[in-house]
Amino acid sequence: MAAIIELDGLGVTLGGRKILEDLKCSLSGRAIGLLGPNGAGKSTLINTLLGFYPVAAGTARVFGYDIRTGMKQIRALAGYMPESECFIAHMTAVSFVRLMAELSGLPSEAALERAHEALFYVGLGEARYRLLGTYSLGMKQLAKLAQAIAHGPSLLILDEPTNGLDPPARQRMIRLIREMRDTRDLHILLCSHLLRDVEETCEEVLILKDGHQVHYANLEEERKANRQFLELETVGGDGAFVDAVERLDCECAISDRAFPAPAISAPAIPDQVIPTQEGIHSAATSAPVIPAPAGIHPNGSVRRLKMILGQDFALRDLYRLAEEHGVQIRRLNYRRDSLEDIFLKAMENRNGRP
Amino acid sequence: MAVHKRTYHRYAGELTPPWSRFLIVSRYASERALSSRAFIVFFVLCFFYPLGCALALYINHNPRLLAMFETSSFFAVDARFFFHFLSAQGMMAFVLTALVGPGLVSPDLTNHALPLYFCRPFSRAEYVLGKLFVLLSLLSLVTWIPGELLFLIQSSLVGATWMWANLWMAGSIFIGSAIQILVFSLLALALSAWIKRKLAAGAALLGVFFFGAGFGQAINAVLRTKNGSLIDLANLIAGVESQLFRQYTLKPIAIPADWAWLVLLAVSAFCLLLLEKKVKAYEVVRG
Repeated sequence: MAAIIELDGLGVTLGGRKILEDLKCSLSGRAIGLLGPNGAGKSTLINTLLGFYPVAAGTARVFGYDIRTGMKQIRALAGYMPESECFIAHMTAVSFVRLMAELSGLPSEAALERAHEALFYVGLGEARYRLLGTYSLGMKQLAKLAQAIAHGPSLLILDEPTNGLDPPARQRMIRLIREMRDTRDLHILLCSHLLRDVEETCEEVLILKDGHQVHYANLEEERKANRQFLELETVGGDGAFVDAVERLDCECAISDRAFPAPAISAPAIPDQVIPTQEGIHSAATSAPVIPAPAGIHPNGSVRRLKMILGQDFALRDLYRLAEEHGVQIRRLNYRRDSLEDIFLKAMENRNGRP
Repeated sequence: MAVHKRTYHRYAGELTPPWSRFLIVSRYASERALSSRAFIVFFVLCFFYPLGCALALYINHNPRLLAMFETSSFFAVDARFFFHFLSAQGMMAFVLTALVGPGLVSPDLTNHALPLYFCRPFSRAEYVLGKLFVLLSLLSLVTWIPGELLFLIQSSLVGATWMWANLWMAGSIFIGSAIQILVFSLLALALSAWIKRKLAAGAALLGVFFFGAGFGQAINAVLRTKNGSLIDLANLIAGVESQLFRQYTLKPIAIPADWAWLVLLAVSAFCLLLLEKKVKAYEVVRG
């Protein structure tokens, strides 16, 4: 897929301070997330892509247009929803959105029609003749979204779109973003420090820290890749079980914890393991609790195994081995790296460099 | 109207030419100005004096009335007439500027709306031009347009010989008005951009003129100099106009007219600089 945004050693200096430094990546997803803690430079990056801040080093391209030379073309293709409260208080929502659409080049009549449509689309249809100054925070956010989409942009830039929204309003905003993403008519660049927002809407993530790019992840691919990751909590058995498991086309890592097993369950049977939506399987909850048979767990400690599963791994074989080696499986989780894991790993990087 | 279309879809219709988009800002700003009753009342008042002058010109050339009063003319229509006309209309233009100007940029700054303007294919220069155009058109309607109309009325009443002999006055009307309009408009916009409250911006505009005049006079009196007049903008404009209309005896200030031109140009340039500093999507805080 052709790159939507290409950062080519981009650097931005504001007020004598380096805010962004040497950003290099190519983003082509339909929904791109821009993550980072406060002050990481997310909004600065957006503002630079829109030409609000001067470029100090390198360059960036949006839809192939260089931000140093093709800003008019970029702005014509972009819709922007700023983070801060931006509106014109004395205007009705419909006049405001119409004005913004006209400034994007739509003729007056078409702008009016699109303003009505956009306001209905975001759910402000009934309130579109009210003055913006009388709107609640959630309504203002929606009005900002309406003005960003009224002219039909190819790239929608959303800077903290769920800021200040209550849970239902947030859900509504996320749903709208997903809907727009799925129409395949536009690309979305979503900047947020809320991992959930990004995780729920984006395919690609660029993580920034202190003005540096610390991680780039294709969430779709990471999700697929991390399906093959298993966490086990076992009681009993010895090293032979681990050796046997490794022969099942797996890599194993052991982390023993010497605490007594509180209760003993029978080895779970594979039929009881049902994948959940998040890819988490739990056997322990479905296994019946029975008294501990003598001699099965000599030290009574819980052993934790992390397994990276190979292509030919079958879960049934694991249970078979557990039975053969007298090992109880107390917990079994299919895990993938959540965005939170990815984010935290990226943040652990002290100097902010990948 | 397709309000039923509740899915996102691209716009595929025609676009307006980019050069014309500054007029959109002007249109919305004018609509807002015209929604004020005080403004409408004052705007109508601004035409009373030009209408009175037109009537006076007619009377001045009415043979029956002239015969009745046994005179060849009631008053002379010369450069002095137009100089006084422009001075009077200049006052009206100033009040009009004080009514409209402060509300042009400050609401956008107060509401942080500038990023929304500039994230589109719409530049800062177009924004300023759009806002400026509101004042330029309004002030033109009360200064040089009626002035030139009076000149044409006088020409039609007296004849082409008078018109050709006094054509320079038409130029003076236009240039004198243009100086007034430019200084008033730029000052109003700059103050509107720097003072977020509309009322405060209006008060500051009045202050620049009236306190400037008072302060200038005080400097002149205390320091026994004439340079204090350099900060008296009203006098500077009057000085330039008196030169344009060759009314040297009416010259209200003691500084050379060339200096007045220079100071007015410097004030305009400074206002543009202030606008350049303030009219931007986001301000960069240094330090």
